[in-house]
Amino acid sequence: MLRKCKARTTSALAGLVIALGVGTAAGPAGAAQEIRIGFVAPMTGIFAQIGKDMHNGFMMYVEEQGGNFAGAKVNVILEDGQGKPPVNVRKAEKLVRQDKVHMFIGGLLASTGYALAPVSTRLKTVYILSIPAADDLTQREAEKYPYVVRTGWTSSQPNHPFGQWACDQGYKKVVTIAADYAFGYEVVGGFQKTFEDCGGQVIQKIWPPLGTKDFGPFIPTIKDNADAIFTLMVGPMSLQFPKQLAAAGIKKPVMGGGTSYDEFVLPSMGDEAIGHVSALQYSAALDTPKNRAFVRKYREKYGKVPSYYSESNYTTAQMIHEVLKQTGGKWPGAEKFVQMMAKIQLDSVRGPVRLDEMRNPVHNIYIRKVEKKKMHGYDKEELWNTVIKTYPNVGQFWKYPKAKFLEQPVYSRTFPPCKYCE
Amino acid sequence: MKERTKIFIVIAALAALLVGTPYTGSFVILLITQALVFAILAMSLDILLGYTGLPSLGQAAYLGMGAYLTAILATEFEFGLGASFWVLIVLGMAIGALTAALFGLFAIRATGVYFLMITLALGQCVWGLAYRWNSVTGGDNGINLPGRPEFGIDLANDVTFFYVVFGFFVATLAALYLLVRSPFGRSLVGIRESELRMRILGYNTWLHKYIAFIIAGGFGGLAGVLWAFLNGLVSPEDVILTTSVDALLMVVLGGPGTLVGSAIGAGVVVFLREYLSTLVPWWQYVLGGVYVLTILYLPGGLMGIPERIRQRRALSAGAGREKVVSASQ
Repeated sequence: MLRKCKARTTSALAGLVIALGVGTAAGPAGAAQEIRIGFVAPMTGIFAQIGKDMHNGFMMYVEEQGGNFAGAKVNVILEDGQGKPPVNVRKAEKLVRQDKVHMFIGGLLASTGYALAPVSTRLKTVYILSIPAADDLTQREAEKYPYVVRTGWTSSQPNHPFGQWACDQGYKKVVTIAADYAFGYEVVGGFQKTFEDCGGQVIQKIWPPLGTKDFGPFIPTIKDNADAIFTLMVGPMSLQFPKQLAAAGIKKPVMGGGTSYDEFVLPSMGDEAIGHVSALQYSAALDTPKNRAFVRKYREKYGKVPSYYSESNYTTAQMIHEVLKQTGGKWPGAEKFVQMMAKIQLDSVRGPVRLDEMRNPVHNIYIRKVEKKKMHGYDKEELWNTVIKTYPNVGQFWKYPKAKFLEQPVYSRTFPPCKYCE
Repeated sequence: MKERTKIFIVIAALAALLVGTPYTGSFVILLITQALVFAILAMSLDILLGYTGLPSLGQAAYLGMGAYLTAILATEFEFGLGASFWVLIVLGMAIGALTAALFGLFAIRATGVYFLMITLALGQCVWGLAYRWNSVTGGDNGINLPGRPEFGIDLANDVTFFYVVFGFFVATLAALYLLVRSPFGRSLVGIRESELRMRILGYNTWLHKYIAFIIAGGFGGLAGVLWAFLNGLVSPEDVILTTSVDALLMVVLGGPGTLVGSAIGAGVVVFLREYLSTLVPWWQYVLGGVYVLTILYLPGGLMGIPERIRQRRALSAGAGREKVVSASQ
């Protein structure tokens, strides 16, 4: 009883202190002194390393600017979402209610994106999706979430041009093998859509569960008459699949969704991944002066090559800075901020970026091939995602008219239907 | 302490909570509401663990059933968002009780560690359903609720919602208190102490345990409905083993067989987990330390503290008297 009373008084006191603090420090929402940014990322659990990459990328930009965005002092408050949607929701609630953040950023899996977007609507706070790629958040459900801005990508976005590319290579029949959850469906869906519209055929779809460690039961079922394999792997799956595929003696060309060969896993991969091709809006091997400087600096600071998780958050910080430059370091209010953010055009590390009218980035998509070589002046041979083709300024609807695209359902396990599966 | 004094203290504490909460920060109100919902779940488990001696590791299953029912009815049929909220409460309790009635058929046969294992397995079945039955539960993504109910009063307001949850908490506490004081409750304690003796006395102990199991499931379902509306999101992560373990630890921490103890345990765990975790990264060590110290030094849980103090006092008084006696000799 005693303890409960104690806990209650301390929390009450804490609440009081916070209330006072906010009352004196922030005043009206337009004070120029401080911009509070909440950052929710997994800091514990199986996705902890990715969470650190995300936070490092963001902080690198903030520190480059000396914590000063056009006169505003940037205060980034990090919370551990543990990679679990309900925990992310509670942490976001804490950031908004207690820390009174102006915006929150983050989440990792598509499921956290779907969980956090309603929080932004409910609490009328800006939410920036720097990583979660769930298509519908900026497509069919975009109206529900007026405070959501995406600076990352939609899952299907890089895979629309990728399907076209595969078709251009002369592949006729492709087998897909992808993690069995929403992100996997959307990546495969995007690829299948453009590949089949161009005349190709997806003849088989295999769905190993998320987190599969042994692909032994799946690999032998891959059809012999396929010209190529399309894969989407996440986390530890990315390492295991190419190994087992090579061990099974399958020599077909392999294509993959961006996360299958992201720089996050690439250094741990063996030579079996060489020659595999993937598509994403970023590659650490991008040969531009901007990216070269970014990679060298990031590597010096954090001891590893930046992944797209780092780049995306770095660019997000840069975009926020751009908005604040226009306002002279003043917080313009949530609605105005979203409007201004949507108009930003930026020459970023990944290339030119702007947002479309549904607040999703339009940027270059790079077709990348895993190669072992020296890059950016490092004297060791390493695996890099060499860019072999660039599709400039790709939006989330590819070349389809927006209205027509939105009429079709979101990509799922059953859409597009597998017409050519035998 | 007399029973009446105890009741008075509980009522005073509840009144303080009711009056004080709206004056705290909006995040703290949310946490208190969350603690109350978990307190309902923990008290329902206390009926099993504390009074009947059945350590269940599957209490999250009933919370999950209630929460998913709420989410599915709200999103598919827009049911439960108006005055039908009250019907939903009944349905939530019913589905919790029905699930428990089904699970009980398998679980009640076993005792001790075997009971623990079976309830764990059954709880994981519900998690499996939530995670894999994509078309109904939304799988990994879970289900977002359209909002909280509105029927004259708007539960979207956090303070109003706190009052409603507080009401359910008090009702649950009162109902379960009456239950454990009833002859039925007494016979549950009898089963905990010696099932064989109760059976020899002519009690149908299986039926007693089965009914207790169903009642616990019903209140678990109630916690689920409130949980769904509190978070606005139902996810398989709510139904995982950790939730069941948390509930069990809340009961053990507060003191099994005391009801109020479970509520205090829930309060302590929720505040450590949700509040301390925002202050320091090593909060899990604190939580772990609290558990270990409680088990080592307070086998009766936090509710055992006054008793310990009294014992210590009696002991030292006794020792003092002995000294005087030996000195006078």
